Amino acid sequence: MTSSAPNSFRALPDPDGHFGNFGGRFVAETLMPLILELEQAYKDAKADPAFKKEMDYYLRHYVGRENPLYFAERLTEELGGAKIYFKREDLNHTGAHKINNCIGQILLAKRMGKTRIIAETGAGQHGVATATVCARFGLPCTVYMGSKDIERQSPNVFRMRLLGAEVKPVVSGSNSLKDAMNEALRDWVTNVEDTFYIIGTAAGPHPYPEMVRDFQSVIGNEARRQIMEAENRLPDQVIASVGGGSNAIGLFHPFLDDKGVEVVGVEAAGHGVHTGKHAASLSAGKPGVLHGNRTYLLMDDDGQIKEADSISAGLDYPGIGPEHSWLKDIGRARYEPITDKEALAAFKLCSELEGIIPALECSHAIAQIMKEAPKMGKDKIILMCLSGRGDKDIFTVAEALGVEL
Amino acid sequence: MSDAIIGGQDRIAKRFAKLKEEGRAGLVTFITAGDPDPETSFEILKQLPEAGADIIELGMPFTDPMADGPAIQEASLRALAAGMHMRKTLSIVRGFRDQDHDTPIILMGYYNPIYIYGVAEFLEDARNAGVDGLIVVDLPPEEDAELCIPTVEKGLSFIRLTTPTSDDKRLPKLVQNTSGFVYYVSVAGVTGAGSASNEQIVEAMGRLRRHTDLPIAVGFGIKTAAQAADVAKQADAAVVGSAIVSKVAESLDENGKATDKTASMVTGLVRELANGVRNARK
Repeated sequence: MTSSAPNSFRALPDPDGHFGNFGGRFVAETLMPLILELEQAYKDAKADPAFKKEMDYYLRHYVGRENPLYFAERLTEELGGAKIYFKREDLNHTGAHKINNCIGQILLAKRMGKTRIIAETGAGQHGVATATVCARFGLPCTVYMGSKDIERQSPNVFRMRLLGAEVKPVVSGSNSLKDAMNEALRDWVTNVEDTFYIIGTAAGPHPYPEMVRDFQSVIGNEARRQIMEAENRLPDQVIASVGGGSNAIGLFHPFLDDKGVEVVGVEAAGHGVHTGKHAASLSAGKPGVLHGNRTYLLMDDDGQIKEADSISAGLDYPGIGPEHSWLKDIGRARYEPITDKEALAAFKLCSELEGIIPALECSHAIAQIMKEAPKMGKDKIILMCLSGRGDKDIFTVAEALGVEL
Repeated sequence: MSDAIIGGQDRIAKRFAKLKEEGRAGLVTFITAGDPDPETSFEILKQLPEAGADIIELGMPFTDPMADGPAIQEASLRALAAGMHMRKTLSIVRGFRDQDHDTPIILMGYYNPIYIYGVAEFLEDARNAGVDGLIVVDLPPEEDAELCIPTVEKGLSFIRLTTPTSDDKRLPKLVQNTSGFVYYVSVAGVTGAGSASNEQIVEAMGRLRRHTDLPIAVGFGIKTAAQAADVAKQADAAVVGSAIVSKVAESLDENGKATDKTASMVTGLVRELANGVRNARK
């Protein structure tokens, strides 16, 4: 499906929210007026210098930006090839990149006069980030979370409750992230007057994929400037893990028109792509329509959505943001699968060599670097998004390693 | 050429013309294809017209029915667990058409299973099976090129959902490219939730009438014969879904399997609802 290269890879979506064949607005009619209202409000906010100023203020003073671009010297030595840099999103307030987007969306919600916030969460990172900004801005918050995820991410559930959010367990379907998203959409369709839905990833109906990408692009914009300062040149490769794909698109987008920069996304291959128990929608799925957009999905021959499987609850989703689907199809980015086992090995290696406990999500990207960096020359540079800290994952990892805490 | 290939718009138009002649509103009943299993749902389907259904909405099961409440979600999952899929749904319609040439059948569901089937092939097969129209919840007019336009070109109706959020600005866009009837979702919410008041329905009907001459069916939250009768006083048809599907659930044994009461419990409720609708304007 490769088409001729466009003049710019950064010009989409089109006015109807399409990235090539992907994206769109596949939602129930009840939600359409809300989505159109949101689109207009976002356009207005984007054009308003006061909005940008407000956003910058909170990113700096509340989130703690800018965060460092860190040279992972010992990991680089160990792998013996390309120089490896980490964009340290783990050092943000709440410990992950998710808050960048939440700040943007809650400021927009306030602008629109909305008085109630809902969100879905998988690993709980987006739920925590949403609960955090809701506490800060004084809005009531309801977070939908699959009952399976509530079990495996109990520290984050408690965190959300401490922050004053109501965490609603979702027991429909497969009890995980996709079902939490269904339930959040059901809430929204019921509470159309006052509610703003803060979607956590660069997916869903237009304008969410564009809006979330824009809010997360602070990652790539900073990283681009920082690598120029550190190395006086652009990296040879930018790499990030993809679940829905918001940290990845945030890192990638500012580099898409830099022809010399290779773009690599890393998917969760769970027990292995061949086993059918994975979350690798780009490697093993096909285009379909779910949660408001057309994108690569895991499904059966009848178009029924399959359950995803990954040790990382944050990647455990059977779809992917539509812009990634487009980048894959036109060949601007490549996407590689990494298994639970490989991610665990990377989690350990990074902890031991760098003194950084990475989230299981971005451990997938580290695992891909372990494969690629040794084959690259020492003059090459890899820039990775270290999207979150791994403290939340210690129970999962301990269990996988057979350690009793 | 069999009767099954009569253009779908005709069958719906004829049915509403007949209702008008009889001076009453119609009853639109929803069941999920394959719920609780393909055979039982086929039995229920065949008995619906006799029980008083004027138009039938047949749900196409989907794993992620985002606009549906628990009752219809569970019906979808029961059907899928019993091995239901799109080809079987169409074959159930074909079986129904062999014996009933007049009752319109509208397939209702979500876009992905149709998209994966292939739009052109799906429309061909649906039309040949005797389907009259489609309601696809996650295809607003902004996505008309996907399925709505090809459906209308095929001679089938594409029935649109209008909602309390559909204002005078939005409605012209909604009634464009639509045919058969307009479905008014009387509350903002998922299927099976609360119902709208009479005043709200009257207000909405007035708004809709300013924008379309098509018949208007009103649904969401109608559970009893009395509620159906109230709606039937205002609208051209009353739609009942979750309450009927809940009867299926109620009738199952402890293993979730159909019992000999399943079909009769469903048709029993449909009979009550039909009574309500038929006597509403008397």
